[in-house]
Amino acid sequence: MKTLSYQTFKPQAQPQNESVVIQMDDVAETFSSQEPLTNPPKTLIIIPAYNEEKNIGAVLEGIQKISPGLPILVINDGSSDNTEKVVLEHNAEVISLPYNSGYGIALQTGFLYAVKNNFSIVVQMDSDGQHDPANIKDLIEEVKKDSCDVVIGSRFLSKDSYKSSLARHAGMLLFGSIASLLCGQKVTDPTSGFQALKGSAIQFAASDNYPPDYPDADFIILMNRCGFRVKEIPVTMHASPVKESMHHGHKTIYYVFKMFLSIFVTLLRKSSKR
Amino acid sequence: MPPRIQIISILICIFLVAYVFELVRRKHLSEEYSMGWLVTGTLMLILSVSDDAIRWVSGLVGATLFTSTLFFFGLLFLMIICLHFSIRISALTQQVRTLTQHVGILDHEKKILEKKIHQPPWQTGTSNLEQI
Repeated sequence: MKTLSYQTFKPQAQPQNESVVIQMDDVAETFSSQEPLTNPPKTLIIIPAYNEEKNIGAVLEGIQKISPGLPILVINDGSSDNTEKVVLEHNAEVISLPYNSGYGIALQTGFLYAVKNNFSIVVQMDSDGQHDPANIKDLIEEVKKDSCDVVIGSRFLSKDSYKSSLARHAGMLLFGSIASLLCGQKVTDPTSGFQALKGSAIQFAASDNYPPDYPDADFIILMNRCGFRVKEIPVTMHASPVKESMHHGHKTIYYVFKMFLSIFVTLLRKSSKR
Repeated sequence: MPPRIQIISILICIFLVAYVFELVRRKHLSEEYSMGWLVTGTLMLILSVSDDAIRWVSGLVGATLFTSTLFFFGLLFLMIICLHFSIRISALTQQVRTLTQHVGILDHEKKILEKKIHQPPWQTGTSNLEQI
């Protein structure tokens, strides 16, 4: 049987327009989780934003108030409003993509930038004000520890219970349970976009392995299978001011389908290793 | 096979093959993408012209009508071509995504450099990211 493999992006080792096919066994080794952090670790906050001129200002102010001096990179995902202008007014860096490419692509642009500029810790958060900047320090402190490579901020571990629609909650519960089962550890909030990654995990997220549309439970499972240690910590999440989820309408059906397919092929790739 | 459908089928196949050649000649279609159409057109032409070939193939797939064999293989070839296109589109989409990301990053770096070039020498302020 032909061994299936992952396409892996190696930003340091070779030209960026080429990708190399490597075996599953090599993945964890290539992105060795034992890579030491630079001292002191360079930390970057990445925020993908699409038409968020109303919310992004408050988010940036919140971060700058709680963590002054921490570099912030906003990836303006082809917004048609003044998102870029608002970000620049708040003295944050902005990368503007030429057109709307989707959440995953925008986020991965941030990871690519982090790899290119040797950042050793990356915190990703949403631009709609859902994530509390007060939790950034908790994520960074946790990810600095040797025991994990990726820290996910979970809304469900927090004492303040997060209110969401029944369908959304059911989806989170379903994929959270699948991820928990496959990872052998409790995953309560696989859809959380409030995460911190360090070292080799950032390189892995910048590679072709990263799901381009909705990085979700499938990516957590993939990370786990590739030897990265994932941990959840409680965070506070507010209700988004303007609420239109990425997973609405017909996209919900595609999301559920894509997630099942993605998890299934991840398992197939794993089984091919044996 | 009824002569009328045989003639129509032969004419369509000849037209398809000739038209694909013309498109390649005019550079409206690349050689890479013309291959699927040329193979399809040629094989369908062989099935349409040769009674022995269509009889043998019909027996092989268990078709009672020769026209069914033609439709069956016509659909099969189209499915293969569509699948090939889906694979190519997936690869192109991935390439466009990568290009988009790199264009965004390069544009950002270009703006930083432009800022530095146009900055008076006595102003040495640097961006947030560069200070770290």
